[in-house]
Amino acid sequence: MAVLPTLQKQRHPLASGAAQRRRLTEVRLPRSFETALEATGLYPLRPRSTDILQINIGKKCNQTCGHCHVDAGPDRTEMMPAPVIDACLAVLAANHIPTLDITGGAPELHPEFRRIVREATALDSQVIDRCNLTVTRLPNYRWVPAFLAEYRVEVVASLPYFQGRQTDAQRGAGVFEDSIDALRELNELGYGRPGTGLLLNLVTNPVGAFLPPAQASAERDWKWELERRHGIAFNRLYTITNMPISRFLQHLEEKHQTEAYLERLVQAFNPAAAAGVMCRNTISVGWDGTLYDCDFNQMLDLPVASASGNILDFDAAELATREIALGPHCFGCTAGGGSGCGGAIS
Amino acid sequence: MSHEDYYHAADLGRFAELATGAPDLWKKFQSWYDAVFAQGALTSREKALIALAVAHSVQCPYCIDAFTTSALEQGSNEEQMTEAIHVAAAIRGGASLVHGVQMRNHLERLGM
Repeated sequence: MAVLPTLQKQRHPLASGAAQRRRLTEVRLPRSFETALEATGLYPLRPRSTDILQINIGKKCNQTCGHCHVDAGPDRTEMMPAPVIDACLAVLAANHIPTLDITGGAPELHPEFRRIVREATALDSQVIDRCNLTVTRLPNYRWVPAFLAEYRVEVVASLPYFQGRQTDAQRGAGVFEDSIDALRELNELGYGRPGTGLLLNLVTNPVGAFLPPAQASAERDWKWELERRHGIAFNRLYTITNMPISRFLQHLEEKHQTEAYLERLVQAFNPAAAAGVMCRNTISVGWDGTLYDCDFNQMLDLPVASASGNILDFDAAELATREIALGPHCFGCTAGGGSGCGGAIS
Repeated sequence: MSHEDYYHAADLGRFAELATGAPDLWKKFQSWYDAVFAQGALTSREKALIALAVAHSVQCPYCIDAFTTSALEQGSNEEQMTEAIHVAAAIRGGASLVHGVQMRNHLERLGM
């Protein structure tokens, strides 16, 4: 598998969240995100409830995908320390947040991944693992599929396309073949199979600077194609828009497509999607415990606008009154059918 | 007027300026256009592929850009899109070739 250095390793200017925010605000758009929201009566945007605690437990990954908004890769060393993990689990328990969504990086590479899953499961939380699939092919991580099945973790797995060329173009040479092997093993364990209750949902990001297709019709195509070509079954397909952040922003810059892509997102603004954006029911926790409205704001170093800014001093009531931090990148979640970690919104 | 005056990708975004001078006609065009591309007896994906093929046939650079994006966003892939433009090319090529019958008719009229 070809693995490229991250932007941080390259000392690329866009490795910094502040530099990314500056670049995005330089683009002259027909209207700001705030103006678009005002027209729908949603500004200032506020949370509705906290249904999901999404914890980004580290930026280390065995891949360096071209669209990655985290700039994750093998050379990243940030890992959520034990006291922050403990605080996340305590918040989950004390606030009866129904879902723990574990992301990264490749979260399974965190040495405490298994402890997090075990303890969250013991709290009766629905646990989601955002899995890149290929991590399960690494010699030291062959335990991952059986472990996930044992704890009935919902797997949300990345696979940009049902063909190899497009998948490898986004995620690295050889990724498609390894991903198919991993999906076969998950199917053998019961994932994605009727009656098992083991959920296997796939995530597709477009392989390029365009919006994802309609989720329902894409799901039908994918189910047909993956079954026909590889005998693979899964539950749901989530279509997620590429965010103009980090490595995808760098890709847009290299192709001189930043303006055109942002304009496409603005042009496709969908008020119905705006009402259901994920930042209204999610709190995102960074590896160091800092709280964000979403994983995208996290990568742009845009923390919650609240006195309760870290998981160590989590205050649900205080957070419930916050105004969600916005920027031009937010058009990525409201374009077309909308987009979030659970796929299309409307 | 020079070559640089034609076909700038950014000009596609100015399409609505055609409302200037004939706003009612523009409004009618826009409403008809939107209705044409809505999901109907044909899916939006099929319509985008037809539009992409026709765009190549009429050789409109704006339409080629717009419907390449649209076809991708409707879930088509490169293989399907390339086959669609082959259909357009085959009809264009076939249309030229079938006129050979007209040539043959006239040859017959002129010949002995």
